[in-house]
Amino acid sequence: MERTISYQSQPQKIKKMGKNSFIREIRKNHLLYLLTLPGILLIFVFAYLPIFGIVIAFQDFRPIEGVFGSPFVGFENFRFFIESKEVYRVVMNTVFLNVLFILFTTVVSVSLAVMFSEIKLKKFKVITQTLATLPHFLSWTVVAMIVAVYLPYQGGVVNQILNAFGIESVAFYNEAAYWPFLLVFIKVWHAAGFGSIVYLATISGINPEIYESASMDGATRWRKIWHITLPLLKPTIILLLLLALGGIFYGDFGMIYAIVGKNALLYPTTDVIDTYVYRALTEFSNISMSSAIGLFQSFVGFILVLTVNQITRKYSPDSALY
Amino acid sequence: MEVKESSGDRLLLILMYAGIAVFALVCLIPFVTVLSSSLTTESSIQQFGFQMFPKAFSLEAYKLLLQNDTIYKSYGVTIFVTVVGTVLAMLVTCAMAYPLSLRHLKYRNHITFYVFFTMLFHGGLVSSYILITKYLGMTDSIWVLIIPSLLNPFNMFLMRNFFKSIDESLAESAKIDGANEIYIMFRIMIPISMPAIAAISLFYALAFWNKWFEAMLYIRNENLFPLQYLIKRILDSADFSRELAQNVNIFEYTTPTLTTRLAATIVTIGPIIFLYPFLQKYFVKGLLIGAVKG
Repeated sequence: MERTISYQSQPQKIKKMGKNSFIREIRKNHLLYLLTLPGILLIFVFAYLPIFGIVIAFQDFRPIEGVFGSPFVGFENFRFFIESKEVYRVVMNTVFLNVLFILFTTVVSVSLAVMFSEIKLKKFKVITQTLATLPHFLSWTVVAMIVAVYLPYQGGVVNQILNAFGIESVAFYNEAAYWPFLLVFIKVWHAAGFGSIVYLATISGINPEIYESASMDGATRWRKIWHITLPLLKPTIILLLLLALGGIFYGDFGMIYAIVGKNALLYPTTDVIDTYVYRALTEFSNISMSSAIGLFQSFVGFILVLTVNQITRKYSPDSALY
Repeated sequence: MEVKESSGDRLLLILMYAGIAVFALVCLIPFVTVLSSSLTTESSIQQFGFQMFPKAFSLEAYKLLLQNDTIYKSYGVTIFVTVVGTVLAMLVTCAMAYPLSLRHLKYRNHITFYVFFTMLFHGGLVSSYILITKYLGMTDSIWVLIIPSLLNPFNMFLMRNFFKSIDESLAESAKIDGANEIYIMFRIMIPISMPAIAAISLFYALAFWNKWFEAMLYIRNENLFPLQYLIKRILDSADFSRELAQNVNIFEYTTPTLTTRLAATIVTIGPIIFLYPFLQKYFVKGLLIGAVKG
């Protein structure tokens, strides 16, 4: 019995056989394991080695001596958490901007999906859907270029419109206060159309008979949306919200660095953990400190994902990540 | 059966059409503004600002851009990275996804966790940077844009879920006929998974096409700048158009800085805009593969 390691394997029994069965398994399925090897090696080098590299956060890192030669300093690099107001600000910005991004993108995506589902004109639907999803496919550097057409003080499209209404031009690139709003707008523009696809798929999976019987009972379009479509969308919305919450400690570097770049005037509202770490690494070349912030980010992010997954598991076991 | 619509229902529907139309226009107008501003003269922009319907028409910026080899080099880099990157990434991804989709593979769960953990915990920018520059010596190599991105765990799991949804008896019967696993993967599994392969290839291709952060970190050699990073460089400094214009000998020549920027943007997004309407359905399909829970 124990000799037959069948396809429907029995884990407990095989475990008893120890090393012997490991070698046998590898020998039996050597081609399959060989196939996974390139991926395993790539992940080891580019994902696991950097994780081991976290020791830098506890070192006084000297580039010449490298990871193996630099002296250990314990928690010295984490002192900035107490000393630096900047780090506090950067963490707050990251969380604040991400909450706004998640909230507004979700609201607009769901609204778009509901509207798309009600529209019957085929041509109109295809064209508008293509346009709405298109921005998602542009890189953030191209988006930054478009933003640079809209926001300049002189000649910018937004200021031309403001002027047309008799409002004075606004120096957007000097005023940090406007940027949370601007970034949210850009984010929604970039992501909401594409985000609506998943919700739209959920809506089209709803049994049409539910709507038909509601119509028989005289339900208006609005009531059908409010009492049928949205409640049935709720699980999808909550799942995607939870998934997004798991990443709330990771700033959107690509977006913010491309658009804001090195404009220090805007840092008060736009600087996030990722852009700060990048500058710490490249400009003030404080490698150990930036690594310490990075570790803090990974650690908190990790705890958050685990917590969120526990919640998801309780709420809807089917949609939990693992 | 025809259910008569009330006027309230009709009004709501009209509002929905309007809402969708407005959103679609907001998505479209920036492209039009960039395109038309790239087709005008520098002085028109300086005088009237960026406009959807500019007063003067000029191909100056495109002439300047296309007579210099910078943009062609960047195009070459981006196309190379996208094509080679996508092909290699699909090979690595499928090669990992197929074994992990097989229930009889004993260490399947161990390997799955090994991959999955990297989605939860990251080593961070700093150690990756030191690893790549100091220990792997990949600075200024085009491969730094390709090799680290060859396996995206998310795409791999999408692919695995798709393979899982295929009836196992198909591979079983091929095995009985004496085919080995690699043959089964390439000749049976991949051909019948074409919808998923197309979608995930597009995900990879888009990621490679839009890559710029890695170039900013690791590449100093201007001949190896991909398009998206070139755009970032053009945005950050006015030097680019001055360099382009250094061979122009016209009296009182004003360098078209702004229009060249926009022309470069149009040249960069051109392929995406033209291809996207044809590829859209594959992207949508790919997004929905994720719904197939494995």
